Amino acid sequence: MSKAKLMDYDKALELFEPVLGFEVHVELSTETKMFSSAPNNFGAEPNTNVTPVCLGLPGSLPVVNEQAVRYSISLGLALDCDIAPSSSFARKNYFYPDLAKNYQISQFDEPIAINGNVEVELPNGRIFQIDIERAHMEEDAGKLTHVGGSTGRIQGAEYSLVDYNRAGVPLVEIVTRMIEGAEHDAPELAKAYVATIRDIVLALGISDAKMERGNLRCDANVSLRPRGSDKLGTRTETKNVNSLRSVERAVRYEIQRQAQILADGGTIIQETRHWHEDTGATSAGRPKSDADDYRYFPEPDLLPVVPSSELIAELKAALPEKPVERRRRLKAEWGFTDLEFQDIDNSGLLTEVAATVAAGASPQAARKWWTGEVARLANAADVDANTLVTPEQVAELAVLIEEGILTDRLARQVLESVIAGEGSPREVVEKQGLAVVSDDGALIEAIDKALSAQPDVLEKIREGKVQAAGAVIGAVMQGMQGKADAARVRELILERATAQ
Amino acid sequence: MSELIHHTAAELATALADGSASSVEITQAHLDRIAAVDTDVHAFLHVNAEVSLAAAAASDKRRAAGAALNALDGIPVAIKDVLVTTDMPSTAGSKILEGWVSPYDATPVTKLREAGLVPLGKTNMDEFAMGSSTEHSAYGPTRNPWDLDRIPGGSGGGSAAAVAAFEAPLALGSDTGGSIRQPAHVTGTVGIKPTYGGVSRYGAIALASSLDQIGPVTRNVLDAAMLHDIIAGHDRHDSTSLKHEWPSMAEAVRNANVKGLRIGVVSQLDGEGFQPGVLARFHEAIALLEANGAEIVELSLPSLEHAVAAYYLILPAEASSNLAKFDSVRFGLRVTPEGGGTVEQVMSATREAGFGAEVKRRIILGTYALSAGYYDAYYGSAQKVRTLVQRDFAAGFEKVDVIASPTAPTTAWKLGEQLDDPLEMWRGDLATIPANLAGIPGISLPAGLADEDGLPVGIQFLAPAREDARLYNVGGALEQLLVDKWGHTLLSQAPALKVGAR
Repeated sequence: MSKAKLMDYDKALELFEPVLGFEVHVELSTETKMFSSAPNNFGAEPNTNVTPVCLGLPGSLPVVNEQAVRYSISLGLALDCDIAPSSSFARKNYFYPDLAKNYQISQFDEPIAINGNVEVELPNGRIFQIDIERAHMEEDAGKLTHVGGSTGRIQGAEYSLVDYNRAGVPLVEIVTRMIEGAEHDAPELAKAYVATIRDIVLALGISDAKMERGNLRCDANVSLRPRGSDKLGTRTETKNVNSLRSVERAVRYEIQRQAQILADGGTIIQETRHWHEDTGATSAGRPKSDADDYRYFPEPDLLPVVPSSELIAELKAALPEKPVERRRRLKAEWGFTDLEFQDIDNSGLLTEVAATVAAGASPQAARKWWTGEVARLANAADVDANTLVTPEQVAELAVLIEEGILTDRLARQVLESVIAGEGSPREVVEKQGLAVVSDDGALIEAIDKALSAQPDVLEKIREGKVQAAGAVIGAVMQGMQGKADAARVRELILERATAQ
Repeated sequence: MSELIHHTAAELATALADGSASSVEITQAHLDRIAAVDTDVHAFLHVNAEVSLAAAAASDKRRAAGAALNALDGIPVAIKDVLVTTDMPSTAGSKILEGWVSPYDATPVTKLREAGLVPLGKTNMDEFAMGSSTEHSAYGPTRNPWDLDRIPGGSGGGSAAAVAAFEAPLALGSDTGGSIRQPAHVTGTVGIKPTYGGVSRYGAIALASSLDQIGPVTRNVLDAAMLHDIIAGHDRHDSTSLKHEWPSMAEAVRNANVKGLRIGVVSQLDGEGFQPGVLARFHEAIALLEANGAEIVELSLPSLEHAVAAYYLILPAEASSNLAKFDSVRFGLRVTPEGGGTVEQVMSATREAGFGAEVKRRIILGTYALSAGYYDAYYGSAQKVRTLVQRDFAAGFEKVDVIASPTAPTTAWKLGEQLDDPLEMWRGDLATIPANLAGIPGISLPAGLADEDGLPVGIQFLAPAREDARLYNVGGALEQLLVDKWGHTLLSQAPALKVGAR
């Protein structure tokens, strides 16, 4: 994939105002699928989580999952939306082999939630309100794997494999209104918005929200308006953006790409674009016009969804606090400085840090590990940090250090093994025998051995040259493959010197 | 030929109960009859002799142990091929599903099995239930037992012909615009379209989801009622099935009485466009009811004039979407163009080869009616007409308890006669379609023979939604009055089918 010519970002912003819009799909973590009793879980053998409904077999009929409706209402309420007293399903008709019925059951003119908004806090402290046009329920499609061909897409593939396990998984699609005024912060806003949605659904407990698994997917609409013009530019819709990092990068890339084309006198084609994580670029997908004809009509197999006002009140009462409020509370609770908190914000790992604290780590340790070593490894692997380890694992690591079982150096080694899938931190420590030797007897033995090789050290210490101990400490640490607590070794050496 | 085949299901139930016949004997008698006459009639697409005899033997065993599941336990039943079954192929009369066996049973079929009935086989139908003559079956037409050169009605011509030819005492049909009632009309049998949502549609291969309804096809009203009692009820697999405590339809037949019953006669379904013999029998039946205490009320339902036009937009629209799943990817026919092809080309070639002309006609119509820019003019307007039809009926049922009309304008026509004129065939549905648009129940039962051609004529009654029992009341009463008047049942007048006549 050849990278398009890109305009310098600052220059692009001088010439154009970026206008954004997002469609975020959230897969709900219900027990069963949107319209069938098939289990809704990830990672099962292909085509095993299916019923006649998921396969679109003749005669099969959909039945609405009430848990999915409750989750959708909760999400709508969390986004400050109005919940429709009656919402209905429609059929979106198009032929594609991942769609068992060749129509998708979605909501069209009567979505369950409309007219909301969400506050998003940028790393620089700016708070931005994003208006939500609607949130509607629909079913996910199956997963296609295109085999053969160079692009990995259906065109040119030799054959394609279909897995209907995902077909019918409940989705909520959240559609924003047009977002203007983000200006320079557009890429950061994109990332912060998706991170906020992720925080909300995690706090609600309605989705696993793992972007790398497609639980949370963002289509980013970007267009540029020339400065001084009131006419909107042609937009592109970038799909396949599977991490928070990518959301930010993809929006920045599209701004730079479109700016260059426009500056060169070209025109933007209204189309979907695919984000490529490896090259950090987007490529053209299919042309998309507003006149795409899906022949929507009311789904005759389903009745309207009419939630009782009691249900809505019940779900409203159970809402978690809003992300912006939560951030303020956590910052105060943890006693973080602005800089420390920004550190977490930039990493987009607030939820992970909070979960790590909840799992027993100190706030500082949680922050340090997530934004330090974990983030470093994630950057090296070009993935989101939360895909590498769980908050529970990080908390365990922090506790092991606090208990004096691991040193920082050993802990980093353990972390790599945990990421490699060798087990929990405690399991790794046990398996690899990595624990710090806390048995003074073993340490004294090692010290004696080191002292016999450097007999003048004790004398030097007694003479007041305490730094001479360093050489012995180094030798002891080396002799014990780093599994000694250096501070204790030092103490023991000093004790020995004063005792004799 | 065993006499057993000429008994009604209710009579056979009595014979089973008093031990004078076994389910195996009854089942075998019907299998013999099918073997003898179905080469001519072609009511069945599939006969499940071995499995049905095994089911019959199991029923006899239950009954011997005093554990019969239902009065009809052990009675054979024919099933329209639109309902999916695990032990027989389900094709909906289409090549695109040739040989396809469903991994699950349709709910009405499950209910029959749970009541101990014996499924004999699957009956012929117009492809995907699109048609009024069964000539649109991909497997060849069914013939009318009254005259083998004539159509048995449609789409459920197979089920109606099977009971009319004594190949089965009971059958299930599906009615989207008259597919149960019109075949009953032309074959001298009884057919009921229950209230929409009265019987589960789960496992009924969908034609038009908002119109389809499963119902009984029998030779008399009591049999229909007994079958209705078994298949009705809420099904959690069908969101549109009603949560309603249904009264016993069989009881309604047994207590039938039309004294004081207000019967509406609709001016729009009388007179012009109806064959004289059809009208004559209709008016005689109405007079008979009046003579026996019913009150006849003239009604005008003006929106019915637009019902056919609205129906032939709503049905193709829904059908075009329902039939999209037949694309060769997961089941059914697959046609690969020479030299291979993309998935789109394979889908296209499969649908080109697998669907018949009438199905394609309606898919194209429906696709058009739903298209952006045409939706409001076609599908949208049709839905408005539908609302008007519902209002007209609601207003009508303020004044009357049931509404009566001839079931269809003509008696059975000759095979091939209307094949080239789809509009003419569609117009024939004018009396049956309104019930589907309004979601209300309807029954057709024999009213006699037309003077001009000696062919069966039916009369239709309609009732408000959930008031199916009223149809069994008026139907049961009229049937008794007519049989008393004639001194015999209508079907006993059908010419005997010569074994291997053709």
